[in-house]
Amino acid sequence: MTAGVRNLETGLKLGRPTARVPAWLTLPVGVGAAIIFAWVIVALTVHWWAPFEPLQSVGTRLTGPSWQHLAGTDALGRDVLTRTLYGTRSSLPIAGIVIAVAVVIGCAIGAIAGLFGGWVDSFLMRISDITLAFPPILLAMTVTASLGPGLRNALFAMVVVWWPVYARLLRAQVISVKQQDHVTAAVSMGAGRGRLLVHHILPLSMTPILVNATMDFGQVVLLAASLSFIGLGALPPSPEWGSMISEGSVRFYEWWIAAAPGLAILTVVLGFNFLGDGVRDFLDPRTRRR
Amino acid sequence: MGTYVLRRVLMMPVLLLGLVTVAFIVSRTVPADPLSTVVSERQLNNPEVVRAAEKRWGLDKPLTTQYVLYVRNLLRGDMGTSFRTKQNVREDLAARLPVTLELTLASMAIAVSVGLFLGIIAAVRRNSWVDHLARLFALIGSSLPVFWTGLFLLYIFYARLGWFPGPGRLDPRAVGPEKVTGMYTVDALIAGDFATFGDALQHLALPSFVLGWAVMGIISRLVRASLLEVLNQDYVRTARAKGLTERTVIVSHALRNALIPTLTIIGISFAVLITGAVLTESIFSWPGIGSYAVESSRALDFPAIMGVSILGGVIFLVTNLVTDMTYALVDPRIRLS
Repeated sequence: MTAGVRNLETGLKLGRPTARVPAWLTLPVGVGAAIIFAWVIVALTVHWWAPFEPLQSVGTRLTGPSWQHLAGTDALGRDVLTRTLYGTRSSLPIAGIVIAVAVVIGCAIGAIAGLFGGWVDSFLMRISDITLAFPPILLAMTVTASLGPGLRNALFAMVVVWWPVYARLLRAQVISVKQQDHVTAAVSMGAGRGRLLVHHILPLSMTPILVNATMDFGQVVLLAASLSFIGLGALPPSPEWGSMISEGSVRFYEWWIAAAPGLAILTVVLGFNFLGDGVRDFLDPRTRRR
Repeated sequence: MGTYVLRRVLMMPVLLLGLVTVAFIVSRTVPADPLSTVVSERQLNNPEVVRAAEKRWGLDKPLTTQYVLYVRNLLRGDMGTSFRTKQNVREDLAARLPVTLELTLASMAIAVSVGLFLGIIAAVRRNSWVDHLARLFALIGSSLPVFWTGLFLLYIFYARLGWFPGPGRLDPRAVGPEKVTGMYTVDALIAGDFATFGDALQHLALPSFVLGWAVMGIISRLVRASLLEVLNQDYVRTARAKGLTERTVIVSHALRNALIPTLTIIGISFAVLITGAVLTESIFSWPGIGSYAVESSRALDFPAIMGVSILGGVIFLVTNLVTDMTYALVDPRIRLS
C-alpha cells in the first residue's frame, strides 16, 4: 500500500517508448485484460446464452461433471456452471460499486485533509488510522453482522473497510503536489482552494489512486466472497461465488459444487492483478519492472 | 529515534480508545436487535421476559451509560459475557488465542521460508521461466480464496490420498497434551510426548500451508524487488570484481541489505494472515479466534464480536508498532531522518 507512492512526486509524463508494442503491454497485462473483458461480456450477456436457469432445478441432484452439466449439479439439482456464470452479475458490480464509492469518499476526505492541514488533517487521519487498525475482515464482519446479513450491508461494510486506503494515498499526494512550483504560481495568481484542487493538484495526484483501485478490485471480489462464504453476504439461493463454495463445503465429497466458483474467483482476481500492473506501468513509466 | 518511538507509543491509547469506540458504536447503534439473540422468538412478545433480559445484559440503560460501563469494565479486563456461550468473553478469547497463534506462526514460518526462497531465485534468475513460475505460484496463492484452497487440499490430501489427517487439531480419539501454552505442538514437546507432537504437526500442516500460501506472494515479490535493487549497488559490483562467487555475493553481501525492507511486510502480511485465519479455521474446524468470530457474528453475539474486533485491533496495532520500530532499529537511514 505504501510502496507505490514513493516514485510519484512529480507526476511528469515521460516520452512514450518508440517500439511498436508499448512497454506496458506485456503478456500478463494482455492476459489480465482479456480475462476481465471476457468476464464482463459474460456478465452482460449470460441471460441470452446460458444453457440453464440459475435458480431452477434442471437435472438429477449431485451429479458430477458430464457433457450435459459441464460443472455438475448441486444439492438442489441446479447447474453449477450456469450459476457460476451468473455469479459475475453479483461479484463484478459489487466490486465496482465498493471501489467507486470508497474512492470517492476516500478522495474527498484525503483531499480535505491534505489541503487544509492542521487539526482537520490530524482528526481525519486519526479516524482513518483507527479504521485501518481493525483487521479488514473483522471490521467487515462486525459491520455486516450489526446491520444484518445481506449483500447491501456487506457492500456498505466493505466501503467502511476500504475508504481509508484511498484517503491516505490522496492526502500524501496532495501534500507533495501542493508544494510544487506550479501550485505556488497558481496561488500567486489568486486561485482559490477549490480551483487549486481541481485544476492544479488532483490531475497530478490521481495516478496511485487509479493503480490501487485496479489492484484492489480483485481484493474486493475476494472479501465479498469471504463474507458470503461466512453467511453474511449474498443470501441463498442467489448465485454468488462465496455462498456457492459455502454450499460445496457442506458436501465435501461432491467437490464439483465448489470447484467452478473457486476457479472463477481465481481468474477474476488474477486478471485484475495483472491488469493493475499494466495500469501502473502505463500511467507511470518509471515504475516499470526490470 | 527516541521522540519517534515516544510519539508512536503515546498515540497507542488514543487509537485504542478509538478502536473501542468504533466497535461499540458499530455493534450497538444497529438495526439488528441484540435482544433477539438472547430471548427466543416466542418470548420476545412477553414484556416481562424482555425486561428481565434487558436488565440482565444492561440493555435498559442509555447508550452513553452502556459505553462508559463497557470502557470501565474493559480497563479492568472484563469484556462482558457472550450471549451465545454465556461465558466471559475474555476467557473465551484466552482459550482460543493460542490455537490461532499456533496456526498463524506456523503459516508465517512457511510463508517466510518459501517466500524468501522464491524471491531469491526469482531475482537471481530474473526474467527467466523460473522467475515467471515463482511469481505465478505466489500470485495464485494470494488470488485464491483460502476457504476454497483449504477445501480442495482437504479433499485431495485427506479424502482421496489419505496423506494428511482431516479437520481438527488432533486425532478425534486422542487427548490433548497438558496445557502449558495452549499450542498443542509446543505443549506436546514440553510433555515429551512425541506421538502427540507428530499428530498435532500433521494436523497443522494443511491449514498452515493454505494460510502461508496466501501470504507468500507479498514476501517473495518484495524480496525479489529489493534484492534486484541491491544487486545494482556499487558494493555488489565491487564484491563481484574481487572475484567472489555469485553465491557469496548474494548470500553474504546482497541479501543482508535486501532483507531490511522485507521486515516491514511482516506487519502487512499479518493483516492478510488474520483475515485468512478467520476463514481457514472455519474450514479446518480449528477452535481459534477466527472460528469464534465467525460463529459469533452468525449468532449476532455482540459482546463476543466486539471482543474479537478489539483483540484483533490491538494485536494489529502492536504488530505494526513493533514492525516499524524494528525497521527503524535495523536501518540507520530511517532512524536518523
